[in-house]
Amino acid sequence: MENLLNIFVKSIFIENMIFAYFLGMCSYLAVSKTVKTSFGLGIAVVFVLGITVPANYLLENYVLKEGALSWLGEGFETINLSFLSFIMFIAVIASMVQLVEMIVEKFAPALYTSLGIFLPLIAVNCAILGGSLFMQERDYANIGEAAVFGVGSGIGWLLAIVGIAAIREKIRYSDVPAPLRGLGITFIITGLMGIAFMSFMGIQL
Amino acid sequence: MKALRRFIDKIKPHFEKGGKFEKLHSTFDAFETLLFVPNTTNKEGVHVRDAMDMKRTMATVVLALVPALLFGIWNAGYQHFLATGQEADFWPMVGHGFLKVFPIIVVSYVTGLAIEFIFAQIRGHEVNEGFLVSGMLIPLVLPVDIPLWMVAVATAFAVIIGKEVFGGTGMNIWNPALLARAFLFFAYPAYMSGDTIWISGLTSGEGIVDGFSGATALGTAVTTGNIDKFSFMDSFLGIIPGSIGETSALAILIGAFILIYTGVGSWRIMLSVFAGGFLMALGFNAIGSTPLMQIPAWHHLVLGGFAFGAVFMATDPVSATRTTKGKYIYGFLIGVFSIMIRVFNPAYPEGVMLAILLMNTFAPLIDHFVVESNIKQRLKRASVTA
Repeated sequence: MENLLNIFVKSIFIENMIFAYFLGMCSYLAVSKTVKTSFGLGIAVVFVLGITVPANYLLENYVLKEGALSWLGEGFETINLSFLSFIMFIAVIASMVQLVEMIVEKFAPALYTSLGIFLPLIAVNCAILGGSLFMQERDYANIGEAAVFGVGSGIGWLLAIVGIAAIREKIRYSDVPAPLRGLGITFIITGLMGIAFMSFMGIQL
Repeated sequence: MKALRRFIDKIKPHFEKGGKFEKLHSTFDAFETLLFVPNTTNKEGVHVRDAMDMKRTMATVVLALVPALLFGIWNAGYQHFLATGQEADFWPMVGHGFLKVFPIIVVSYVTGLAIEFIFAQIRGHEVNEGFLVSGMLIPLVLPVDIPLWMVAVATAFAVIIGKEVFGGTGMNIWNPALLARAFLFFAYPAYMSGDTIWISGLTSGEGIVDGFSGATALGTAVTTGNIDKFSFMDSFLGIIPGSIGETSALAILIGAFILIYTGVGSWRIMLSVFAGGFLMALGFNAIGSTPLMQIPAWHHLVLGGFAFGAVFMATDPVSATRTTKGKYIYGFLIGVFSIMIRVFNPAYPEGVMLAILLMNTFAPLIDHFVVESNIKQRLKRASVTA
């Protein structure tokens, strides 16, 4: 239990997808104009990460890893399919994103139109694939840990994007120097947010 | 006074449109409005009739900082003579401290104001007053032995990246003074943390009493596991090593009264920061598994930069939340995170500044949700009767 809590807190604050690894920047920069849409996208990312990481965990441990296929019987123990992991992970992610897209379109059409192309693009959001690859690299002990890690990373990403969206709403009428308007100032804000998030670096849990 | 007014009126036409020094208008304007309350009024838009314009507000904050500054000057000298084992009277201590602290203040003001004036001239707006306060805050949160060029670099970073790119005073998201400190902290960690930087002369090591440790209370707690050396009274009065202005909770308290009495600083934020920090520390006391968790809750509040951050940094009206309910949430979370970073993160025992920066980041978000919930409540209350 304590272990799960550690993973959760760690994935939200200390190993934040945006501020520690700078993953998933494209949609983070492009969809963060209003809090409302960024909140919607953040929830979608939490959902996708929360499903794909445990799903890929199963895939990794029962199909792909060396010896993972031993449940099929004798003779399968030596098979190592890990060279397929990228393509398999992406396939899972793409299908999940398809699912999310259908759900959002059905239940929140307004959000669907405001997210536009970025909803299907979650499939290639680096944070999502990053989540699965971190799961593989860190070798979580069971599916519970993987799921908590997925949801936690998603919440960290959500926190980052709604945070910057609120700041961008606030500075909408600020007199930002002309060359910096738009993406320029957003990059500066991201960097400064990164400094603020440095407060968690080095915490040992 | 009259002669000064006459002189200003005489040279004024040169700086108006069409005058000889038209380009320097904002520079002239800055000095004129600093010396006299402007006699012009708005022709349209909002009219605020109040003698407390921005320059006067900022001056109040600077005034509130004076006790902490004076104490910091004395303490710099006191700690120095303590470290070298010399007996000294009151005035030599003040003299030594003054020689150490004054250059830092000068560098901070000169660098910051120079950048402000340049930006004002180029962008054609008035010189912003905000730096009057930031320029005083930056020296007070730095260790006394900091090289002067670092003060200049940090000030430049804070003013340009922290403020001017957002459009100047009143538009920044993060507190510029804290950004300056955080910048130095991450760029030159050797000069911003450790045992020797807090007392002048200790880094070079000349004439230091054997075995003298200049570590701050929190630094000692991390390394040795107890803070018996620092009694509550010493920490409250401020005769401990630390950044120039942050050590004395008493001097800061005087400043807090000035801010609250004049209505410049928000008592809601100060109160909730202390409440959050106190409750969090109390909770850690209950667990008590590490030395830092065992520091009594009331002692936590007077150690390190906690009091200084709560009174002068968190209440910065620009980077804090603006809604009343938001102020309580914002302050409370600052207190909680300060103590949490202090206790959990062995690398940054002086975690207050980072906690405030973190909450500055989320202040707009807190405001956003407070306003949204307010809108929802009112919508619910309003019923349309057909």
